[in-house]
Order: sequence, then structure tokens, then C-alpha cells
Amino acid sequence: MAIKVEHLNHIYSPGQPHEHKALEDVSFTVADGTFAGLIGHTGSGKSTLLQLLNGLLKPTSGSIFIGDADITRPGVSMLKIRRKTGLVFQYPEYQLFEETVALDVAFGPENLGLAPEEVDARVREAIALVGLDYDEVKNASPFTLSGGQKRRVAIAGVIAMKPEILILDEPTAGLNPQAHEEILDMICRIHEETKNITLLVSHNMNDIARLADQVLVLDGGRLVMDGTPEEVFARGDELERIGLARPDALRITGQLRRSGIFVEGSPLTLEEAADLIAKAVAP
Amino acid sequence: MIRDITLGQYYPGESWIHRLDPRLKIVATLLYIISLFVVRDFGGFLIAWLALEAVILISRVPRSYILRGLRPVFLIIAFTLLVNLFMIPGDVLVRFWKLQITVQGVETAAFMGIRLVLLILGSSLLTLTTRPIQLTDGIEALLSPLKKIGVPAHELAMMMTIALRFIPTLLEETDKIMKAQQARGADFETGSLFRRAKALVPILVPLFISAFRIAQDLAMAMESRCYGSGRPRTRMNEIRFARRDLAGAILMMSYLAMIVLERILW
Repeated sequence: MAIKVEHLNHIYSPGQPHEHKALEDVSFTVADGTFAGLIGHTGSGKSTLLQLLNGLLKPTSGSIFIGDADITRPGVSMLKIRRKTGLVFQYPEYQLFEETVALDVAFGPENLGLAPEEVDARVREAIALVGLDYDEVKNASPFTLSGGQKRRVAIAGVIAMKPEILILDEPTAGLNPQAHEEILDMICRIHEETKNITLLVSHNMNDIARLADQVLVLDGGRLVMDGTPEEVFARGDELERIGLARPDALRITGQLRRSGIFVEGSPLTLEEAADLIAKAVAP
Repeated sequence: MIRDITLGQYYPGESWIHRLDPRLKIVATLLYIISLFVVRDFGGFLIAWLALEAVILISRVPRSYILRGLRPVFLIIAFTLLVNLFMIPGDVLVRFWKLQITVQGVETAAFMGIRLVLLILGSSLLTLTTRPIQLTDGIEALLSPLKKIGVPAHELAMMMTIALRFIPTLLEETDKIMKAQQARGADFETGSLFRRAKALVPILVPLFISAFRIAQDLAMAMESRCYGSGRPRTRMNEIRFARRDLAGAILMMSYLAMIVLERILW
């Protein structure tokens, strides 16, 4: 299953004084099993694109193929789209509402119309996948958990629907550094175990550089770059012009080079950078 | 989309009406409503209607906006018309089945209909030409004499201001929560009434929690800026009674005089 987006346009309130073009002629393909990163400045059209991929919005024109099905066609079953693509919104813990964690995670699978035994099995599996102990949390109220745990429960609620495409909008926003790492590790683990397509939206270039196989860059509603992290981050000056940044590893090695210490290569993670710098300064 | 709902119905403008003192506008609107109940015949309504026309013209609010105010009360007006049309005894005009329409019925229905329409248009002009914040400031100023008998005028006005300020925020929050639950397969549009009511739970619970969270943050922010320290508050925009407000008051008085004269002389 792959995502194929063709000439996608989206205009909010067309024909009205506050008409707003959110996406303009966006086309890209994400192959099966890819971990893709989506970056862009605030207002670049990221969240519009996510909502279009999940069928929450209908595009003004263009098509989105998920597998063989064009989800922009009229009459397409929303439930079918939702079964294929799971969308985790920013601050997903604000959508928790049930009395217990298990009931909340079961909300999605129940809406898919699955049998109770299947729902139960999926809830157990999803809670385990997000790194929580099922027996410990199943009867707890989601509101008594810590911030990081709440977020895990909310993500479990989407994972339990077993989407083949998992879209996460800034899943680590507002978390402390430790929880930030834990959530990202968890997303990687889920990606490896379920072999899904993961689409991660983030403002943190280090995370994108480290995790993504493919990076999409939006600016002012247009897709301005699409490539491997190496390709995209090699165009650091362009990224900075549209309000984005280089990953720290590239920034540090670039600065060293400018001050006369020649570091070879273009590292994407700090570990790689450390090795290259060590090599450069070794006598 | 839910975010497209415009709140309050303020129509931005710089007209003479827009710039009038909100206190004057509130009092004038109340007097206008009272005047509609003083009127006893169609001649009086003619004066009331002409006065309203004049205000609409000066305010430069498009007519389509003003008439929109009638939409939510359309049912009430229609019901009033029908009841009056069929229920008033008198000289029979038409009769069919068990119903009859009388001359007096038609008259009363028209009379009531005009009164209701003028009443709604008159009061919606107030909200169309006054910013919600100015409106609450005006209400606070008008209620302030009642502070002496223990009416918490400032607190009431502050509550109204906060409520108005946070309605768009809560609408946005609702939109976000609805989308999040829809992404989890929730369906708000189909099914029986009971099913649809039940489908609201996943929206309402998070919404209430958000509302409490926002309220707590706001309370903290206000307290950390010493709100409620007991001292009277100063304002960035003081309401002042200007010369145009005097002119407005005089015009309003002459309108009232005409309505009263019309009633006595005819």
C-alpha cells in the first residue's frame, strides 16, 4: 500500500472575502513501508494536508490514492479511509473521554464495527505497543495518568484501529526531553513491528533527520522539496529562507568548517557528527 | 465548517451610529422597544419605521445583514401571525372547515407582526453597530449606580466579556475535538436521535475538560497581574459622552415626543 497524491489543491471558503489557498498543486508519492517526515513553517499547509489524507477535508481538486482507492471520489466510505489511515492530532490527550483507559482505546475499533473479542485483542495489543502495562492501566481513568502516559493512551487509541498508514502531527509537542525520546522510540518500534507507512510532522529537524527515509517540505501551500534527508538537508540555505533550520549535526559541522576545522561529510545525527569531528581533529 | 460561524453579529464600520456612546445606544434601544408598545395604531408604526430606516441608512450596515437577524425568530413571528389571524372573533371575512378569519384578526395579526419585526430589527441594530466589548462596558456603566445596593456590576460585566472572548476559542476547540474523534471513526451525522445524542459524549467530555483547563489558566494569568486586588480598574478606552452623543440623545427624545403626540392626537 502506497500513498500517491496528484495535483492536490485546497481552498478554504472559496468565493468568499476570506478565501484562502492552503495547498497548491501538491504531488508526491510515499512508497510502502516508508518512514516519511513532513516539515514546514506554521501556515504552510501541513495540517490541511494531513486532514485531506484522512478524508476529514475534501480537496478542491486533485486526487489522493491510498493503495488503489482514490479517497477523494464522492461516495467513498469514510470508515474505509479511517481503517487505512490513522491520524494522531497534536496534543491527542485532549481527545480522551472514557472512564477507563481500555474503554477509550476501544472507541476506534468499536467504531469500525469489529467483534468484541477482536476489539479486546486489539486494545491489549495497542496498549502493549505504546509501552504501557495492560493490566496496570486498563481500569485506570485516563485523566489520572501523567502527561506522557496520556499521550501514549491517545496514540494507542489510533493504533488499535490498525491503520496501514499512521500519521502523527507533532506527537512530542509539549513533552519533556525524556518523554520526547520515549514517544519517538515508540513510534519507531511501531513502524518496525507493523511495517506501516509512518508520516511524522515535526518542527524538530534533528528528529526528522534521524528517523525519516523521505522528507517532504511545504512552504506557502506548495511542496518545495521531496527527497531523502541527505538531499533535503543539503539545501540548508533554502530551508532557512522558508523559516526552517538545518539539523544540529549539520549546523555544527558547517560552523566548524567556517572556522577552519575541516570536517568531512554531512552528518545527520549528533553521533555521526561526533565521529566525523573526532576524525577531523585527530592528529 | 464550525469555525466559519461569526460570533455576535457586529458589523465593522465607522459610521456616526457606530461611534455613539454605547450607554446612549443601549438606553435608546430600550426606549425604542418601549415606544413600540406605546403605539396604538399604524400611524405610530409609520413613525417608528421611518426612524429605524433613518438609523439603518446612517449606519451603512447592508440590509441583507440586518434582515438576517429575523431568520432565527421567523418561526415565532409566523406562529404569532397564525394565532392572531385565526383566533380573534369579530366580523367574518373568510370561513372554511372549522376556521375563520375575521377583519379584526387580520388587523391584529398585521399589527403584532409589524411590532415584532420592528422590535427585532431595532434591537439587532444595537449589536450590529456596537462591539461586544463596548456593549459590556456600556452595561457595566449603566449598572454601576446599582453597586450601592450590592449589585456586582463590574463582576457581571467581566463575566460577560470573558464569555464573549472565549466563544471563538471554544468553537475552535470543538472543531479540533470533533475532527480527532472523526479520525477515530466517530460518526455524528447518521443514526437515530438517541444514537446521535450519545455520539456527542466523546465531544462534550473533552470539551468540558478543555473549558476548565482554559478557565484555570485564565484565572492564574489574571491573578498574577493582580486582578481583583480590590482597587477600581482603569481602562484603556474610557467611554466619554461627546457632542454627537448629545445630538443623538436629542434626536431620540424628539422621536419619543412624536410617538407620544401621535398617540394623543389621533
